[in-house]
Amino acid sequence: MTIGQNRWLPHVVLLLGVVVFVFPIYLVFVGSTHDTATIARGQMPLTMGPHLVDNYRQALESGEGARVRGTPALTLMRNSFIVAVVIVVGKISISLLSAFAVVFFEFPLRMPFFWMIFITLMLPVEVRIVPTYAVVANLGLVDTFAGLTIPLIASATATLLFRQFFLTIPDELVDASQIDGAGPMRFFWSVLLPLSGTNIAALSVIMFIYGWNQYLWPLLITTSRGMETIVMGIVKMIGTADAQTDWNLLMAVAVLALLPPVLIVLVMQRWFVKGLVDAEK
Amino acid sequence: MRRRTIYRHKLLPYLLLAPQLAITLVFFFWPAGQAIYQSLLIQDPFGLRTQFVWFENFQAILSAPRYLESVRVTLVFSTSVTLLAMAPALLLAVMADQVVRGATGYRTLLVWPYAIAPAVAAVLWLFIFHPSIGQVGQGLRALGIPWDYRINGDQALWLVIFVSAWKQVSYNFLFFLAGLQSIPKTIVEAAAIDGASSNRRFWRVIFPLLSPTTFFLLIVNIIYAFFDTFGVIHALTQGGPGRATTTLMYRVYRDGWINLDLGGSSAQSVILMTAVILLTVVQFRYIERRVHY
Repeated sequence: MTIGQNRWLPHVVLLLGVVVFVFPIYLVFVGSTHDTATIARGQMPLTMGPHLVDNYRQALESGEGARVRGTPALTLMRNSFIVAVVIVVGKISISLLSAFAVVFFEFPLRMPFFWMIFITLMLPVEVRIVPTYAVVANLGLVDTFAGLTIPLIASATATLLFRQFFLTIPDELVDASQIDGAGPMRFFWSVLLPLSGTNIAALSVIMFIYGWNQYLWPLLITTSRGMETIVMGIVKMIGTADAQTDWNLLMAVAVLALLPPVLIVLVMQRWFVKGLVDAEK
Repeated sequence: MRRRTIYRHKLLPYLLLAPQLAITLVFFFWPAGQAIYQSLLIQDPFGLRTQFVWFENFQAILSAPRYLESVRVTLVFSTSVTLLAMAPALLLAVMADQVVRGATGYRTLLVWPYAIAPAVAAVLWLFIFHPSIGQVGQGLRALGIPWDYRINGDQALWLVIFVSAWKQVSYNFLFFLAGLQSIPKTIVEAAAIDGASSNRRFWRVIFPLLSPTTFFLLIVNIIYAFFDTFGVIHALTQGGPGRATTTLMYRVYRDGWINLDLGGSSAQSVILMTAVILLTVVQFRYIERRVHY
């Protein structure tokens, strides 16, 4: 043993950390099993209540509480899912293609194009919301899935990552495929794509979370209830005054909003860690 | 970065790049250009009259006490979020690095908050810190502390800092743990044999070796605090009470989206873009350097 006079200290500190991160989720889950009145009186116990099934059914199917009109969480989750999947597939496909072009071809303007993609890292949507919204509005894409996803699909991070990976592919592999008579697209499909499997899986996890958790952009682009995503839908359920919030429904929707991305991180932890660490290099 | 074997095609590479470039041009470069152009104009809210005013918008913004107030809020906010998100993450990572058994279990229990959206994290803590129904909110009031973040600006700022930092700890933890695990055990053992106490070993040996990770996380956390915390502020305080939690990013949203001051908001966008560009340049210059040594 090199370090550690105290064997128990690390466990104590780590358990304390775990409590700080797990406790809020536990409380919110407990909140989603009581009725509004119990919570609104400020007398919620720390154990589960009897309304689990009622609350979740109400949240999923109607979203309508006693005090606030909401959108059914089923619709919200469907929208979030569509947005996240389109963003994952879109980002990964266009980044694979552009990294392929930049690494395996020689053509005029190659580096300027590469820099153009790279510079988008420095122009996050957040700092130019009004002009970006104006573009989307002019294209007639407000309140559509196209408007919700396409502007977020460009990805310098994914392009850089795939470029990095493609550069490590030995020239012999390209030579061999050329000798076998395979053209560039055949090489892309039959050699490059299968080799990129792990990288694609790792990036997909990160991108799915990115897509599911979008907040500001859907807030600007959606105008009808039927198009809302769950992360923005839940914030709309917070009433302005105490008496206007259906706490039990709010908590049920909170659990539904965090469950899919958290499950993906837990189930795909290995790829998630790889994707996160690689994407930031 | 040149490959020996390269395909020669006149049209294909352009076709491959087309989708990415089209999106980049339409949704990144065009709006950014518009922001710069509009920052030089004054337009009435109905868009009927526009006037070219050179740098008047910038002048107006930078001399407005309210803008300087947001600058102050942003500085306090980002410094606190960065410190509060990094220090506990480092502590947890050091502890997890020492645990022989169950390290992966702890990692699993600590990484998942990364997956929670900032706005959802805000809802979780709203439920706990709410003055009349939250467990902690009620507790504070029972102790005689007049806790109400909806009225008290300092409390509101503290709350959005806390929630933003809470959400970011898991990310920092992962990177610190990876950094710690890449430090050769022999170096630490050598220091131990030389009689360095564990405290001394950490500050004299481990911490300096960890500095690339720390610096990288510093930049990432500042960028996070600047731009990704919009959801937390919007869900919890909407920039209030008063302007106590109005950061520069929130101000762009409020002036451009709610108050429809296009010129002023565009000028603010340009200022923020400059900030992002500076931060990104620092980050990449530094990474280049790390690759070379």
